[in-house]
Amino acid sequence: MENYPSLVTLILFIPLIGFVLNLFVGPRLGERLSSILGTTAAMLSFGVAVLLWTYLRGSGYESAVVNPPFLDGWIQIGSANVSIPWQLRVDTLSVTMMLVVTGVGSLIHIYSAGYMHGDARFTRFFTYLNLFLFFMLILVTGNNFLMMFVGWEGVGLCSFLLIGFWFDRPNGVGWKNSNAARKAMIANRVGDFGVLMAVFLMFWTFGTLDYYRPGEITNAELTGHETASAVSEGGHEAAPAEGEHAAAPAEGEAATTTEGHGTPEIAGPVFTDNEHIPTAQLGVFGQAERMVKENHQVSFGSFSLPIDTVLVIITLFMLLGATGKSAQIPLFVWLPDAMAGPTPVSALIHAATMVTAGVYMMCRSNVFFFNAELTSFIVAIIGATTAIMAGYIALGQWDIKKVLAYSTVSQLGFMVAAVGVGAYGAAMFHLVTHAFFKALLFLGSGSVIHGVEHGHHLAHERAHDAHGHDAYDAHGDAHGEEHHDDHPFDPQDMRNMGGLARKMPITFITYVIGTLALAGIFPLAGFWSKDEILADSWLKGFEGGSFLSSAGGFIAFVLLLVAAGLTAFYMWRQIEMVFFGSARSEAADHAPESVFSMTFPLIVLAILSIFGGFINTPSNVLGLENIFTAHNFTEWLEHSIVHAHAAPFQPGIALVALGLAIAAIFAARSIYGQGKSSHVADHDPLIDRIPSGGATIFGMANAKLHWDENYFRFIENPFNKMSQFLANTVDWRFWHDYFHDTVIGKGFVGISQILAKPVDLGIIDGLVNDVGSVVKWISNRMRVVQTGYVRTYAVSVLLGVVLVIVILILPALQR
Amino acid sequence: MLHTTDFVILSAVLFILGAMGVLLRRNAILLFMSVELMLNASNLALVAFAKQWNQMEGHLFVFFVIAVAAAEVAVGLALIVAIFHSKNSINVDELHQMEG
Repeated sequence: MENYPSLVTLILFIPLIGFVLNLFVGPRLGERLSSILGTTAAMLSFGVAVLLWTYLRGSGYESAVVNPPFLDGWIQIGSANVSIPWQLRVDTLSVTMMLVVTGVGSLIHIYSAGYMHGDARFTRFFTYLNLFLFFMLILVTGNNFLMMFVGWEGVGLCSFLLIGFWFDRPNGVGWKNSNAARKAMIANRVGDFGVLMAVFLMFWTFGTLDYYRPGEITNAELTGHETASAVSEGGHEAAPAEGEHAAAPAEGEAATTTEGHGTPEIAGPVFTDNEHIPTAQLGVFGQAERMVKENHQVSFGSFSLPIDTVLVIITLFMLLGATGKSAQIPLFVWLPDAMAGPTPVSALIHAATMVTAGVYMMCRSNVFFFNAELTSFIVAIIGATTAIMAGYIALGQWDIKKVLAYSTVSQLGFMVAAVGVGAYGAAMFHLVTHAFFKALLFLGSGSVIHGVEHGHHLAHERAHDAHGHDAYDAHGDAHGEEHHDDHPFDPQDMRNMGGLARKMPITFITYVIGTLALAGIFPLAGFWSKDEILADSWLKGFEGGSFLSSAGGFIAFVLLLVAAGLTAFYMWRQIEMVFFGSARSEAADHAPESVFSMTFPLIVLAILSIFGGFINTPSNVLGLENIFTAHNFTEWLEHSIVHAHAAPFQPGIALVALGLAIAAIFAARSIYGQGKSSHVADHDPLIDRIPSGGATIFGMANAKLHWDENYFRFIENPFNKMSQFLANTVDWRFWHDYFHDTVIGKGFVGISQILAKPVDLGIIDGLVNDVGSVVKWISNRMRVVQTGYVRTYAVSVLLGVVLVIVILILPALQR
Repeated sequence: MLHTTDFVILSAVLFILGAMGVLLRRNAILLFMSVELMLNASNLALVAFAKQWNQMEGHLFVFFVIAVAAAEVAVGLALIVAIFHSKNSINVDELHQMEG
């Protein structure tokens, strides 16, 4: 049992192995084996996650920190006292995320095998999916913020790769796709700057990045209660009832360090809190709690700030990161464009898992947010505003996936707002249920698009059969290929659909279930989670304690309530446009139901969307707590999210929200139902129904509130203009021309002139030439000696001999 | 009885004649013969002195000179033939390609 948490290493390794295998041998395996490989990796990871879940249940929800058998000390700088270990954390929060990521991930892998069938880069797709799982699992299992950041960047990369997966589509579609990928990358970089700043500031303040150190107790309050029931986090070996644990004295040496084991000795002191640990040895959250209690001042060299202020700054930077990854105002603009990716990617990355990373980070850092009142207020406002804004934009979209994309932004706004009002448990609850029904809706929309594309294809073949066969077959087989048409056909445009309920019954039924769950209809998953967020913000308004938190609670409550109504309206509008009425295009008329590998995940997710809410039923509703036990999920999370708390059920709010949702559904039915859904050329029925202002309301939503245009107008264009000014005027005119030309260029030319003309030509060349001409002059004089005539030489020899003789004889004569 | 001085005077006269021949003649054969004349003039002087001093070294040198002269003739005549082949003349004044 002690080494059980070490399994968490496997959950990282399995997708990594799947990724490596698919990367190197995938193309040779062929579609079938490659998809089996990828899917198996995801499903095995899910198995591991389930094992970890059972472990946590069996061990009294003890958090565990695992040192994997590699990368022991990850970043260590002795002189600077930096030590960032590569440790994996198994606690209720991380296991929840693991279950969602691998569970929904497995289903989407299965679905992809059907959806991507025939794609030219089929194996590449599974390679990327497994890589994504790997990074997402690093993100959720890391025990420090830097590991989280590694995963954070990794999933960003995978998101980029998968949004731009069809970068080579013809007719400019490929450009649109890769631009969307770049947009996601750049918007996320802005957010990542915030995360990095938060991490740096945290490191400066606490000297560590670990969430909790091994041996630390996460939630002291719970431990205090549970010591009595002999299942304590603080040292279960000491408990007499746990006989088998007492016989394992060497467990301290195992790779796993179970938190709360103060000392490896048997019957060591039982700690129910962290008071015995010095502040410097606590993780960031433990230190933050203690510093807040002691009113600690954080020194920044020349000045110091109280810990409360520092926490506000840290959390604000984190919020910036979350607005990037979790698509909140002002950085959400990338998410709707990210729908350029294949639909399974939209389901997995851009609805169920990656985009919830920001919410996960904020829930993980609940201690910070709990102690930063100002940030919590801002978070609540941003979340609620995003929820209502995106919900409104979704009203005016015709693209089936764009509606879901804005819906995702809106639902993420719910989660962020929940964090803002301190309902961390509710935020995670909504994260989980949303993963179910939004993945379901995206996969359903993928099934619809797939069906319409096939229908389009079939309709075309029939038309071509009439004219006799031509080159069509050569182009027709690749799925999703842009057809070389006289008029472009958009298989995602809901105005081209209608009447699909009869053609695609399984897709239809599951889609309606997903819609009802998302709209918050009792007793589906979305009802419970959305209601808990609403109830929590309502209660926060009353019990906030200060003006700021009360205001945040009430504002969030009102905005979210309206957003919930909008949700029901735009979702039912979609149902009417897609499934009811009569087919508005030949393609929709010929759409077939999708294959089993695509409908199977839909069915599973539909079941989860129906029953997923019961993991956290409140305590006083219709006696449900007797079946499912109340606040299960929140209590489970309390073991890792210190400030998660269960809110009592608010029947009034629940009824109002439910009534609003049902009213919105009927409103949508009366506007769009009975075949009133529009053709491509028509007005939207909303405009006809509300004569005054309807056009404006719809137009604004259809134009997405001009967010992109305003980004261009207020950020990109000024930025481009400034860059041009800096480049052309400042750099070229002043810096480049003046300094480079005048000082460097002219100075260099001047020195070269001096060196070249007087020095080189004058002195050096002159000297050499003079020596040369002297030699030449002498040799010109000398050459006359060499006449070439033999007799001249003979004369000189004779003269020489005479000379020698004279020299020899002269002295003798003188003697 | 002839005195050594007579021989030396004769030798000197012959040598000067040879030297004048070398310097003044243009025909390579005659040039060559003049050289031989100079060699034999020196031979005469050597023999004369050897007789005067009654020593054999002089004779020895004469034989050396004769041997060297023979070798020289072989080489020299070959050269002259070669020159004649290329120039069709043995006028040494025509051989001034080495002029500086």
